[in-house]
Amino acid sequence: MGMIGAFVLLCLGFDILTEGRFLTPRNIFNLSIQTVSVAIMACGMVFVIVTRNIDLSVGALLATCSAIMAMTQTEFLPYVMDLGLNHPVTWLISIAVGLLAGTLIGAFQGVLIGYLTIPAFIVTLGGFLVWRNVAWYLTGGQTIGPLDSNFVKLGGTNGTMGEAASWTLGIVLTAAALWMLWASRRARARHGFPVKPMWAQGVLAAITAAVILGFIATLNAYDIPERRLERMFEARGEVMPEGLTVGYGLPFSVLILLVVAIVLTIVARRTRFGRYVFATGGNPDAAALSGINTRFLTVKVFALMGFLCALSAVVASARLSNHSNDIGTLDELRVIAAAVIGGTALSGGIGTIYGAVLGALIMQALQSGMAMVGVDAPFQNIVVGAVLVLAVLIDILYRKRLGA
Amino acid sequence: MVDRSQTPLVELKDISVSFGGVKAVDHVSVDLYPGEVVGLLGHNGAGKSTLVKVLSGAYQKGGGEILIDGKPVEINNPRDARANNIETIYQTLALADNLDATSNLFLGREIVTPLGLVDDSAMEAECRKIMGQLNPNFQGFHDPVSALSGGQRQSVAIARAVYFNARILIMDEPTAALGPHETQMVADLIQKLKAQGIGIFLIDHDVHSVIDLCDRASVMKNGELVGTVNIPDVTDDDLLSMIILGKTPTPVTA
Ligand SMILES: Nc1ncnc2c1ncn2[C@@H]1O[C@H](COP(=O)(O)OP(=O)(O)OP(=O)(O)O)[C@@H](O)[C@H]1O
Ligand SMILES: [Mg+2]
Repeated sequence: MGMIGAFVLLCLGFDILTEGRFLTPRNIFNLSIQTVSVAIMACGMVFVIVTRNIDLSVGALLATCSAIMAMTQTEFLPYVMDLGLNHPVTWLISIAVGLLAGTLIGAFQGVLIGYLTIPAFIVTLGGFLVWRNVAWYLTGGQTIGPLDSNFVKLGGTNGTMGEAASWTLGIVLTAAALWMLWASRRARARHGFPVKPMWAQGVLAAITAAVILGFIATLNAYDIPERRLERMFEARGEVMPEGLTVGYGLPFSVLILLVVAIVLTIVARRTRFGRYVFATGGNPDAAALSGINTRFLTVKVFALMGFLCALSAVVASARLSNHSNDIGTLDELRVIAAAVIGGTALSGGIGTIYGAVLGALIMQALQSGMAMVGVDAPFQNIVVGAVLVLAVLIDILYRKRLGA
Repeated sequence: MVDRSQTPLVELKDISVSFGGVKAVDHVSVDLYPGEVVGLLGHNGAGKSTLVKVLSGAYQKGGGEILIDGKPVEINNPRDARANNIETIYQTLALADNLDATSNLFLGREIVTPLGLVDDSAMEAECRKIMGQLNPNFQGFHDPVSALSGGQRQSVAIARAVYFNARILIMDEPTAALGPHETQMVADLIQKLKAQGIGIFLIDHDVHSVIDLCDRASVMKNGELVGTVNIPDVTDDDLLSMIILGKTPTPVTA
């Protein structure tokens, strides 16, 4: 709750300092697509940290997955398999290969940690060096691009849902959120547990709907530049009608993040796997004595982390339209910081997915806000570092007050 | 009276466990009949917890044999123990402190909806039901158990052991943190479970409550079994001298 407040204050503050340039549809659009890659990995990092582990290899693993996918779509499929450039199945096969590679590498690290009981810090520190340089080796250090024309649609500006589809999705999401609020209220009432008063429930529902629909409205309000729109019509062999404006709508990459965040929230709260992740983090011995296979659980958690690194690699390389040798550099620190700012406790057992996404947003907002205000680059990082430490301190003080 | 003419519910035969060079349990044999409460006594570090942890799957035995209903069974982990209807209240309680009472009660055995998602309200309703029987004053169903008192935490651990229809119950100092009233409720609970034919291993340092609750008592010292006695045949002084001196009073029953 406090974090949402901090985020809102931060945005309003930057908006005042930049004289209204921060909270424009254009900037919010950019902020969203810049956040996606780190936010996706931060969701997985929550599970890793909750089980009292750490993953320092995520940025390097992202690079390896990105390199594998780049080579698959620019070398292997077009030339070795003779599909040619921009074949309609290229993007699907490349992504499948990348996700598989990420999952397997993650699972492998999980086996070293869970079954061979090497500390996660060491395994992933080793992984940090190994996977960064596997990526280098695979590409010879070259920038690989341009990537497949369908693949790059997953990166942001190159691929958005358009206004109508975005509204539809927004309405579906709103309806789903309201239904869930109502269903949980009904389940509590059925068992005779106390429920929130009707007005409080109503306010909560209204805020939920306003946030979702407001976000969609903002993204739809960001118009595709005229020149770009013209080119899109030309590509289809049509003439652009005079005075036409078309909004971008929700980028596919943000849609991916939404799906990841929603699915993982359900996994964390409503599945046995999620329950066991939190139990293991709270007391590993108790979890084992309750019959939970904590070793295999560790493998699954790291496999999930690897999968999400690969997914982030899709989004990150698609956004840049190429694979560069330094892709994902320092991401491990951003991802861990996002999870921790989002309230994940390094001592384990505590953390939320939405917190991690919010943490990633706060970091990105800080970074781009400061850039817009004209803060020098070194000071930007100094501030981000200080904010990280401060966020954890506030969290500690807050928990002490609660006595938990 | 306990009928000891049939096959025992549990036989631990010649069990040994060592940690590094330390023989924590050294060729110990005890058994347990349906509807019987067997007390395990001994000084701190005698090996009582280690012995029962072999039965609950927390430790691997170094030697010996476990029989249930006369048949040898392999218990290699807590899942195997649960599959044999063995439930344990650990001395350390073994609760996940960050989760609430309900999640701890059902940990590893959650109630799920047809979609395979955990059904929290159904579990909470069950949790309220059993806590109502065990500890009617219990509150804080939505707090993490780290925020509960020692006695409340112990109630959660007890609830978890009795909720799932155990046939064999291991209680390692179940009343250590409980007040007199709650201790009496656990004593009543033991009587009730015993009447249902459940076999109970009860570890307790209080000789008098062992005499009140148990049918037999096995005494351990330095990892070895001193002896097993019928409670009606011995006095508290006999038990104390077994614990302290390691001497078995005559006559011995096995
Ligand atoms: N996990 C372990 N690793 C190493 N040594 C252990 C372990 N568990 C128990 N021991 C040793 O085994 C011996 C028996 O311990 P155990 O916990 O069974 O005693 P206890 O009879 O339950 O004592 P208490 O009354 O204090 O609970 C002790 O010497 C202890 O140090
Ligand atoms: Mg003990």
